Amino acid sequence: MHTMAPGEKARLTYFNGRGRGESVRFILAAAGVEFTERFLTEKSQLDKWRADGELLFLQVPLLEMDGMKIVQTLAITRYVARKYGLDGKSAEQKTRIDMLNEGARDFLENYFGIGFVPSTEKLLAQIKDTVLPRYMPIFERELAENTSGYLVGDTLSYADVTLLEALLNTEEFLPGSLKDYPNASKFLAKVSSLPQMKTFLQSSLRKGPNNDVYINTVRTVLEF
Amino acid sequence: MTAELTYFDGRGRGESVRFMLAATGTEFTEVFLKDKEHFTELRNGGDLLFKQVPLLKIDGLKLVQSQAICRYLARKHGMNGKTPEEKARVDMVNEGAHDFLSYFIPIGFATNTDEILKDIKSNHLDRYLPIFEELLIESSSGYLVGDSLTYADMTLFEVLLLAEENFPDSLATFPKLKAFMVKIGSLPRIKTFMESPQKKWIPQPDYVAHAKSVLY
Repeated sequence: MHTMAPGEKARLTYFNGRGRGESVRFILAAAGVEFTERFLTEKSQLDKWRADGELLFLQVPLLEMDGMKIVQTLAITRYVARKYGLDGKSAEQKTRIDMLNEGARDFLENYFGIGFVPSTEKLLAQIKDTVLPRYMPIFERELAENTSGYLVGDTLSYADVTLLEALLNTEEFLPGSLKDYPNASKFLAKVSSLPQMKTFLQSSLRKGPNNDVYINTVRTVLEF
Repeated sequence: MTAELTYFDGRGRGESVRFMLAATGTEFTEVFLKDKEHFTELRNGGDLLFKQVPLLKIDGLKLVQSQAICRYLARKHGMNGKTPEEKARVDMVNEGAHDFLSYFIPIGFATNTDEILKDIKSNHLDRYLPIFEELLIESSSGYLVGDSLTYADMTLFEVLLLAEENFPDSLATFPKLKAFMVKIGSLPRIKTFMESPQKKWIPQPDYVAHAKSVLY
């Protein structure tokens, strides 16, 4: 079984593309954790990692960090957040962040289908017509009520990081649709220009939108 | 002040919350969704952060998102792992158990229940059961992580009940899972809950029709 070399940084194992792995990249960036990447490109790798017991639930992403092999995107996110103080200060804040992150996650996951569904155009229309009107007013109101500009309390939390990812997708695929949401627009500008996020978003760690190579790789490796 | 759970008079995503309330010894009353008007009123009222149930009113808070609610109860009662590593492990195992559980939730509601059951049997049962069996083999305590009950154990208990209900002999070749069911089911708080009127059972047709009339 492969183990990390002494002094090796955190390592993310995922496809060379966004998907669920991107959320891990975002939280590591937000927490200022340097990481390397191991890309899943062939089924034989997945078979081997599964056989070697590296993937508890036989899936990626996998984050190797602090001597642990952590799987499940949200468990990874919450571990990193807890370690680096991105999970709220009080019991009430911790729960509020957890709740808002779940909702932001439901919002974000709509974008995962881009390139995979029969019609990306239809998917984006559906997001514009039903998903945005459902979620945006809620986040807009939360940001209005919390004067710091973050969703909860006065520092960045993992809920903010998930919302950032969702809003970046919204700007990218439905440009201009945030104009009716001034607080969300301000939030997007604020959080994406935080030094660690700005650096990440301009780096090659930030993956580009789903392209044919990525989609074909995922389909081939996961056999669907 | 007693906790108050708002949900349908059925399992769905509310049942996970009920199990955690039971496990933590938290007494609770229930508000059942009566009809569409009641649901609309709740949604417009502002208590439902994402306009969804379950909603748990507890400790002056209005909590939504079933897994976030479970984690709140777990943190409050020390059922979330002792060390940072254990906390990560409990979270990870719970996520996997919850993924498995989620396949069972539409049963009785979808028009294609047969297809759902076929999908679970072909693609998920044999995928997940060995993983949890292995975790219990590696555990010396009989709990999934560490040496005490965590919220991951409650999620696994819930999904194994559903596995047994829908696929009667599915645990036959998994001795650790069978022992786990006995162990968790015999815990005083869980036993009391399982025998109480607050425990919900298989969705009956009139419950399903009612739930649909509220939602759609």
